[in-house]
Amino acid sequence: MSQDFRLDSVGLINRDKKLSFKFNGKKYFGYEGDTLASALLANGVHLVGRSFKYHRPRGFFGAGVDEPYAIVQLYRNNETEPNIKATEQELFEGLEAKSVNCWPSVNFDIGAINNFLKIFLPAGFYYKTFMWPKSFWYRIYEPFIRKAAGLGVASTKHDKERYEHKYEYCDLLIAGSGPSGLSSAYAAAKNGAKVILAEDKPRFGGSLLTDEVNIGNQSGKDWAEGIIAELKTMPNVVVKNRSQIFGYYDHNMLVMSEKVSDHLPKTKKYHPNKRLWYIRAKEVLISSGSIERPIVFGNNDTPGVMLSSAAKEYLKVYGVLVGKNPLIFTNNDSGYETAIEFQKHGVQPTVLDSRKNPESEIIDEAKSLGINIKNSYVVVAAQGYKKVKSADVASISDDKKQLGKIENIKCDCICVSGFWTPSIHLASQSGNKTKFKEEIDAFVPGTSKQQETTLGAANGVFSLEETLKTSFEKGRELSKKITDNDNEVSIPNVVEKKSSKHDKFWCVPLPAGKNYKRFLDFQNDVAVSDIEIALREGYRSIEHVKRYTTLGMATDQGKTSNLNGLQLVSEIENKVVPAVGHTTFRPPYTPISIGAIVGREVGKHSKPTRKSPMHSWHEKNNAVFVDAGVWLRPRYYKRGNENLFDGSKREAKNVRKNVGVCDVTTLGKIDIKGPDAAELLNRVYTNAWLKLPVGKARYGVMLREDGIVMDDGTTTRISENHYHMTTTTAQAANVLSHLEYYLQLVWPELNVNVVSTTEQWAGAAIAGPKSRDLLQKLFPNSDVSNEGLPFMGYMEGDLSGVEARIFRISFSGELAYEVNVESDYGNFMWEKIMEVGKEFNIQPYGTEALSTLRIEMGHVAGSELDGRTIPYDNALEGLVSKKKDFIGKRSLQRSAFTAEDRQRVVGVVPLDKQTSIPEGSHLVKDDKAPLPNPKLGHISASCWSVEYDNPFSLAILKDGKNMIGQKLFAMSPLKNKIIPVEIVSSHYVDPKGERVRS
Amino acid sequence: MLYIKCPHCGMRPQIEFSYGGDASVKRPELNKEISDQEWDDFVYNRKSLRGKHLELWQHLSGCRQWIKVERDTATHEIFKTFKANEEVA
Ligand SMILES: [Zn+2]
Repeated sequence: MSQDFRLDSVGLINRDKKLSFKFNGKKYFGYEGDTLASALLANGVHLVGRSFKYHRPRGFFGAGVDEPYAIVQLYRNNETEPNIKATEQELFEGLEAKSVNCWPSVNFDIGAINNFLKIFLPAGFYYKTFMWPKSFWYRIYEPFIRKAAGLGVASTKHDKERYEHKYEYCDLLIAGSGPSGLSSAYAAAKNGAKVILAEDKPRFGGSLLTDEVNIGNQSGKDWAEGIIAELKTMPNVVVKNRSQIFGYYDHNMLVMSEKVSDHLPKTKKYHPNKRLWYIRAKEVLISSGSIERPIVFGNNDTPGVMLSSAAKEYLKVYGVLVGKNPLIFTNNDSGYETAIEFQKHGVQPTVLDSRKNPESEIIDEAKSLGINIKNSYVVVAAQGYKKVKSADVASISDDKKQLGKIENIKCDCICVSGFWTPSIHLASQSGNKTKFKEEIDAFVPGTSKQQETTLGAANGVFSLEETLKTSFEKGRELSKKITDNDNEVSIPNVVEKKSSKHDKFWCVPLPAGKNYKRFLDFQNDVAVSDIEIALREGYRSIEHVKRYTTLGMATDQGKTSNLNGLQLVSEIENKVVPAVGHTTFRPPYTPISIGAIVGREVGKHSKPTRKSPMHSWHEKNNAVFVDAGVWLRPRYYKRGNENLFDGSKREAKNVRKNVGVCDVTTLGKIDIKGPDAAELLNRVYTNAWLKLPVGKARYGVMLREDGIVMDDGTTTRISENHYHMTTTTAQAANVLSHLEYYLQLVWPELNVNVVSTTEQWAGAAIAGPKSRDLLQKLFPNSDVSNEGLPFMGYMEGDLSGVEARIFRISFSGELAYEVNVESDYGNFMWEKIMEVGKEFNIQPYGTEALSTLRIEMGHVAGSELDGRTIPYDNALEGLVSKKKDFIGKRSLQRSAFTAEDRQRVVGVVPLDKQTSIPEGSHLVKDDKAPLPNPKLGHISASCWSVEYDNPFSLAILKDGKNMIGQKLFAMSPLKNKIIPVEIVSSHYVDPKGERVRS
Repeated sequence: MLYIKCPHCGMRPQIEFSYGGDASVKRPELNKEISDQEWDDFVYNRKSLRGKHLELWQHLSGCRQWIKVERDTATHEIFKTFKANEEVA
């Protein structure tokens, strides 16, 4: 298909490189340097989608980030991405895109029936229409809305692309590479400041690419190219295109999204798709320019109606005519600039100017070119359904209230200019209190809150000469403050045409008897009538009107709609715009891929994976791993076709019968040293610590100040002033912070140092009746007899030349030891234990067997110490000292904590001795009681008791102390189970604890 | 993201720190008889101020020191930071 709307030799595209692409399945051609929008327009395609609510045909309205409706679903390299603006997407070979909001197709859309059922969808329709009857919501409303609406479909596949994060610091961060950004960057760079210049478009230069101006005796475009080329050679300057600064956060941190690969058919090897820059800047210069605003008239959403600046950009940058019979509708001189460009390229436009007698250099030029101009004329309504075919136009009275006789004139596009709105988003995000500037009918930044300055059009300054002057000066002044250099740069002379004042006119009145939709917010389909309804229904605050009507709440954040919405509210309410106030701008300025925000922290990279030094041994021996916090631990060692249940049962049985070895490296370890170490432990733990002898370990429980158990573990006195504390795997980091808190802030007088040694030691628990025999063989030179190393004893040993720490402590309830060696020797230790243990039938055991062993012994662990229980609840009140004070003690006096029927840990056995009780099940008295059935407690941990060969669980049960022997029901609605159970002691096996002391 | 001056390490981004609450709260002395009200005030009751607030932060991924930060809770402005044992003027 030929590109009927492409001009010869106009624009900045590369005509030597032709690119093919597909839109809605049909093949087209464009050129390198095109956007999807410009390439489609070159092929005469104006219909790109359907609107969100009414499914009206929609085309292109802008040419960049402000685009409210040309949103497509993009297909690239077997991936798909929704919510892509066709005006921003650069063309590449093989690009494929489809319309969104269309069902079944863009040309025939069932949802468009909404357009004829407007009664269904007025302002607040989400809140009103779909609320009743309730039963309709799931069956009818939601499926209908889901099918008919939305801005595309997210991919369900794993995103293969890579996204990088980068942290950067600079003196000056400059947003925008138009005349203002270039000038300030240049001046600051000359003073040696570290500058980052960011441009969201592929090409630098901003308005200089399309404006007919002269700077320093060359065209604006050539001047911009020269400055950029020089900046790129300077080592203190980073120049980035395709990079959108989208968020201004606290303490002058800004975030920028750099599109590294979106313009390519496929991301290059080792390249990211996008790079997110976190930039901490000393000074920020906002040169984000301005966005043309529309004038509101009937059917102003018809494809072919677009901003006049966009039409000019399509022509000058892409060599594309958006129409061959254009109608320009303007209230200021900008429309004439577009008209002049059309005229110069052989197309005769008609200009309708709402002003009565405007006079300026630009208008004189338009007149001299013979352009047809009608003053005090407006477009009343666009005509044509899928494309503008003509326009109803009329003269308008001086007070802009009365329309003259309506005439219809033929045209194929309507280019609108309602003057310019500064892009104040970044300034506003920084906390800047913006102010309304009467002369331009728009808000501009006011008092800076952070180190930010807004310059040029973004600051409401539309004169190029003034913009260059202030920007050069500001760049020089700010950089001088930072670098102390003051190099003078001469400000170039500027030739620009003077323009005349714009008309304070933004909405064409409805002609008598006509009910045209006049849209304010094109993406969310908010029309003038919706705002009127909201106000009639009593909404006054602009924030409420926004939420009720969804004005400005779409993904374009109302870039083209906000001010006209405010004008309407102020007019109806008879207030001035500043009194109405504008809604808050929040980041991001433009939609950002979730992938870019997440960066590399996906999947396994979302947190570090920690492995013990014995990990590769576990792997080689068929360990099935489980995530334990950030650690990977063997859950069981699979033999043959064994499943988890059988494997863990075998391992646990072997511990009870022979001996097993478990990797306990993951336990938190804290080294505590200093003359006051015992005093610290005495204050941190609930039990007494001042008299623990050297070479002895003690079990301890620590509380938070609110009396809740924080952690438990054993601490061993290695020498006079040296202790080795262990914590649970999960709480290791919190316990260290906890100790540091008290040592640094509460009791700085204590002479103690604490440091984490979790990584320094590899640990193996050796448990079972044959563990002593094994240990003796491992340490032939040590006396590990019951007398030489009694329960809770500690000694140092020599493991074939490696220094080892031996603790006689037990988690499994069996006779057990824990051996620690320096991490580097962990694997050596493990292999030695396995080798020597062979004659004792040793087997390694994983976390599942470990749990089984501790559960049937009634040893509490993380599932009981769950941040909601006190020592009594865990049957640990015997460890709570009555004599001394400690952290959290005072809280234990709270009446709820001393209640007679306080919850307490118990054992639970199913009556049938067969059915395993799901963890989390509720214990209730009556399984038939009406819901909500009063809960007496919950199952905290379940196992298959290897001692008794039946299921056994631990539970935290109200009045648990007096419930032993009672019959209750364990209910798990989640697993659809109701199990009759008996409450027993939590110490199911070896209740007197004889084995550990044997 | 806040930019916090650790008195030991210098300017560091917020992600290196963890928040520790109101720095003006004093833990009652050990072994001292105190009323339920006093204890509740220490454990639970906080003012949740809008404006200037002295708070604790720990430089967790740095020097691991607890520091005091004088910060405006509404604007996030940080006025001054102090070492744990430094008197707050
Ligand atoms: Zn520090």
